[in-house]
Formats: sequence, C-alpha cells, structure tokens
Amino acid sequence: MELATAIILACCALGAGIAVGFAAIGPAIGEGYAVGKSCEAIGRQPESASAVRSNMIMGCAIAETTGIYGLVIAILLIFVAPNMFINLLKSVL
Amino acid sequence: MGSKTKNRLVDALYLALAIVPFLLAMTLKVLTAPATEGVSITGAMIFFTVDMPIQAWPVTEAQVNSLAVMLSMLGLCLYLTHGLQVVPGSKRQLIAEWIVDKVTSLVQNSMGERFMGFVPFIAAILGLSALSSLSSLLGLFPPTSDLNIVAGWAILVFILITYYKLQGGLWPYVKGFFTPVPLFAPMNVLGEVATPVSMSFRHYGNVLSGVIISALVGTALKGLSNMLLGWLPGVLGQFPFLQIGLPAILSLYFDIFSGCMQAFIFAMLTMLNIALGFPEEDYERRQAKKRQKASLQKA
Repeated sequence: MELATAIILACCALGAGIAVGFAAIGPAIGEGYAVGKSCEAIGRQPESASAVRSNMIMGCAIAETTGIYGLVIAILLIFVAPNMFINLLKSVL
Repeated sequence: MGSKTKNRLVDALYLALAIVPFLLAMTLKVLTAPATEGVSITGAMIFFTVDMPIQAWPVTEAQVNSLAVMLSMLGLCLYLTHGLQVVPGSKRQLIAEWIVDKVTSLVQNSMGERFMGFVPFIAAILGLSALSSLSSLLGLFPPTSDLNIVAGWAILVFILITYYKLQGGLWPYVKGFFTPVPLFAPMNVLGEVATPVSMSFRHYGNVLSGVIISALVGTALKGLSNMLLGWLPGVLGQFPFLQIGLPAILSLYFDIFSGCMQAFIFAMLTMLNIALGFPEEDYERRQAKKRQKASLQKA
C-alpha cells in the first residue's frame, strides 16, 4: 500500500513538471516570432505603431492558450490528483 | 419632499446598491476564512448544499461573489442612467454615453450591421468578466477563477453560436461537418466542441494562475522576512515587512492587466464566432426568402 501511494505521488509530481515543461516551449517560440514580425512592421511604418501593438498584444494573449492548458493540468496534478487517485486505489483494494 | 432631495436620495440608494454587496462579500470572507499556516491553495469554499431532484446543489463562494458582482453592476448602471437629459448636464451621463458609444462601435466593427442587437449582451459580458477578475484586488475570491462560472458563460455563447449557424439552414450545417472529406467528421465535431472549451480554459487558466502565483509569492515573502528579520524584538519580528510592495506590483499585471485583457478577448471571440457563423450572404438569402413569403401571403 505504501509503495502504491509512493508511486502515485511520485508520478503526479513528475507529470506536473513535464506538463509545464513541454507546454512552455510552444507559446514562447510563437510569441517571440510574432513580436519580431510586429517590430519589423513598426520599423517599416512608424505611424502604425499603436495599431500594430494592440494587435500584437491580443494575438499573444490568444497564442498563450495552450501554455495555460499545460499549467492547468499541472495545477490539477499537484493539488487534486493525489487525493483522487489514492481514494480510487483504496476503493479498489 | 422636494424633487431635488428625492433625486439625491435615489442616487444614494443606487450607489449603496453598487457598494454594499462588495462590503458584505468581504465581511463574509473574513468571517469564514479558515486559519491556516503556510500556503493554502484550494478551490471555492462550499457554504452549504441544497437538495435538488437530480443532484445536490452546492452553494459555493464563487457563486456568492458572482451574485455580489451582478448586484454591484446593477447598482452602477442604475446610478449612471438616473436622471438622463437630452443635453448632458452631469458627468454621469457623459460616462454612460461613452460606454454605450465604445461598445456600439466595437460591435459594429466586429459583427456588422445585422447584429446590432447584441450590444447589451456584449457590454454585459465585458462588464461581468472584468469586474469579477478585478474583485480579487479587494481580497475576495474572484469568481472567474472557478471553472464553473466561466464554463457557464462559454456554454451560453456556444448555444448562441450554434443557433446562428442553424439559421443558415439545417442541411448546410450538417453537411458542413462532412467537408472536405467525409472522414473528417469526428475532427470537425471536435473542432466545434473545442470552441467553448478553449474559451473557458483560457479565461479560467489565466485568472487561476494569477491567484496561485500571488498566493505563493506572498507566502514566500512572509517566510523570507521571518528568516531575515526574525531577530527584531516583540511584534516587529513577526510583521512580514518584505511582504509590502512586491505583491502589489505583481497584482498590477496579474489582476488588472490580465483580467481586463482576458475579459476583452472573451468578448471579442464571442463576437467573431457568432459573426462567422452567420455570414452576410446567408443573411441576405434569408431576408430575400422572408420577403418572398410575405409577398406571396399578400397576393
């Protein structure tokens, strides 16, 4: 029983770390590329700075979504999963 | 009683309706917060459960706070629109006109002329979302950090999107799932379901991560100040000096900027999805069909 509990807790912690670790890569690359393109656009036409900036901020907030998915899964794994899994194990045994 | 004093009394009443719900919610939080040592990150606290036919209904902190936000918004709107005149004489009316103007131009630019009836709905979603996220500045539990609240709004928006897609005809809607290849049907259905799921998760995840990071930073600063300044005599050694300042700067981004931005994005996605579901040419076709039917009935 202790071994099973230890495995559950260890895997929850490991899963949380891997979830955020991989989820953080995509949005960073994508948003960095988007900001680079917007800087280019502002450099080409400085009068459009405020319009380009507001579009860029909104686009970055939408591209952030999949990173937030990973964060929510990690939060669930840390705070909700151990209790749930251990109760499930107890009800099965 | 003269009409001027009656007006002032009604104004005070509306302002009270706008402010009292938040005060009540704050006292409720102070009275019912469990005393914990260290980090306590939990979901919404359940006050009591009501027995209903299908499933018991738990009354949670998020629902109570959401009700407080709605009452406060009602009081604010009543206060802003009390005593309207043709030529605006008071600052309140200017603020009210500015709000209506901004939301009308937003809906006009995003949705087009045929959806102008959506202006109150979009204004309500914007106000509710922004005020709910900003209520974490008062120390309350923000309703939008509970998935149930945000998922409720997203399901409502999904029903609206599906209704407007069906306005273009039932058969084109079903046939749309089988394009470009009939094998794509499960993926298209999944894409349909992904809209409310992604909208709710984006909003909820951003607000929740802000709340958790603020709690963690607060606890870390308290521990740090205990470790560094614990040698001060008496009560000065217990006071978390390092906890002043940095959480406020963090809350500037997480609460104010992120909360308002996510509210705006939620409203923007609502508008774009609804407008996309019922394009201009479908609307023209439907109007032409209605005119045909009306002229046939007249003849």
